[in-house]
Amino acid sequence: MKPTAFHPLARLLHWMMAVMILVMLFIGVSMVGDLSVRHPVLVSLHKATGLALLVLVIVRIILRLSLPHPPLPRDLPLLQRWAAAASHWVLYGLMLAMPLLGWAMLSAGGYPRPLGLPAIAPHDLQLYAVLRQAHGWAGYLLFATVLVHVGAALMHAWVRRDGVMRSMWPGPLRRRGPGGAAKGSTADNGSY
Amino acid sequence: MNAPLHGPAKALRFAAIGAVMLAAGAGFAYAAGWLGTPALTPQRIIDTFEAQAGHYAGYRKNHAKGLCVSGYFEPSGQAASLSTARAFTQPQVPVIGRFAIGGANPFAPDTAIPVRSLAIQLSTDDGQVWRTGMNNPPVLAVSTAEAFYEQVLANTPDPATGKPDPAKVQAFFAAHPESAPFRQWAAGYKPSDSFASTAYHSINAFRLIDAKGGEHPVRWQLEPQSPFAALPPQVDDKLFLQHDLQARLAKGPLRWTLRLVLAEPGDAVDDPAKPWPADRPSVNAGTLVLQGVDAPEQGACRDLNFDPLILPKGIKPSADPILAARSAAYSESFNRRSRESLNTGAQP
Repeated sequence: MKPTAFHPLARLLHWMMAVMILVMLFIGVSMVGDLSVRHPVLVSLHKATGLALLVLVIVRIILRLSLPHPPLPRDLPLLQRWAAAASHWVLYGLMLAMPLLGWAMLSAGGYPRPLGLPAIAPHDLQLYAVLRQAHGWAGYLLFATVLVHVGAALMHAWVRRDGVMRSMWPGPLRRRGPGGAAKGSTADNGSY
Repeated sequence: MNAPLHGPAKALRFAAIGAVMLAAGAGFAYAAGWLGTPALTPQRIIDTFEAQAGHYAGYRKNHAKGLCVSGYFEPSGQAASLSTARAFTQPQVPVIGRFAIGGANPFAPDTAIPVRSLAIQLSTDDGQVWRTGMNNPPVLAVSTAEAFYEQVLANTPDPATGKPDPAKVQAFFAAHPESAPFRQWAAGYKPSDSFASTAYHSINAFRLIDAKGGEHPVRWQLEPQSPFAALPPQVDDKLFLQHDLQARLAKGPLRWTLRLVLAEPGDAVDDPAKPWPADRPSVNAGTLVLQGVDAPEQGACRDLNFDPLILPKGIKPSADPILAARSAAYSESFNRRSRESLNTGAQP
């Protein structure tokens, strides 16, 4: 039988990475326009967090593929099912691509990598230009997708109230009431 | 599932979701500097360079005219007690470098510009990289990026003469008394006839970290071993310094002594406008030997960003705000010229 909520480990990873990714996106977009003494601090933090996120997303993909996860609500319209599936493919793809693009772009730009990591792309100015721009645009796309994800999650929680938010709830899950909804909880959401 | 919502209750919840998304989007736009007028940015500084000197696709946005050199660094061993950086103990450290003149115009005559620079990368066998961009003046005229930007603006060429308006330059110096040591240097500056007989200074201070974790605030300089000869008063060759360097290197390697000047308590370690007293102790860290030169803007140095914050283990930055600003602006310059090399095939 399918579970009604995500495995606690999956929920822990989801919320840990959610915080880290949001912090990353804000650091990334602000550090490039900052020339104060904050700049080098933000850049080092960006690289360190990016590397941590790369490790976490690999663990997360393995968990996603190996643990059973709750199905979408049965009455969810087809278009929304499709949108949920598509946006999650995009989210996973970008979570994996962002740190790899960052690593590859440092390699192509001839920059040292954190922890002395090896280069994963040849030192090439034109390749750097492509990867650097891809890293930036992928960042904007990731932020936009996260926004849509948050909006959709809140739709499930506040409008549909269908238990999707509950399935990814960061705290302990309360028992479901006779109506099927989380007892005493007005919030639910969805991350598939 | 709970009972479906209708009417105002549903509308209110939709509005709340919209508000959350809008607030997050606005916060992101604010962080990106898209809202309002942000503080001074690296983009604005590079834009100003290009507005003044012209847009030269594919070139560095400052110190645009230069050429690549290669050689090695031979440490003396005397700096090993001050810093664990492998460059101070490895018998021979490969070096890629770049000589340049100041300014954003890659076609300026070599001898029209007083500022000369040498940037080098030392790659040690422990995988560490040390990049340092050095200029011939020992100090900057300013202590902050904002004042540097004012200085750039004050030097905007007058369309009528093609030269900065002396009144504006004077007004800038009057408003910035911290520029006194730089002005003193400029007044007494006698240009040499060669990149080879020029001294180059790190300008900013750094911290050497020794094996016990002790910190030694330091500025470094490359002192030429080639004898000084004054630049002739009349030079017609726009590539005078480049031709000279090529001719000298064709005859044999050129050498500089890397001298580490150590601060004493109370010295300005975070202010590149303030010189340190001349009697500060110093250490001969070794000899830079340059052997080869590439065609202008070709060679291994072209695709490197000589960001002064790319430091090896054993050397850390000071809190000098100009160091952070240099790092940010160099990165913007590198990003732009790499993009330009893509769009136009422009690879100077």
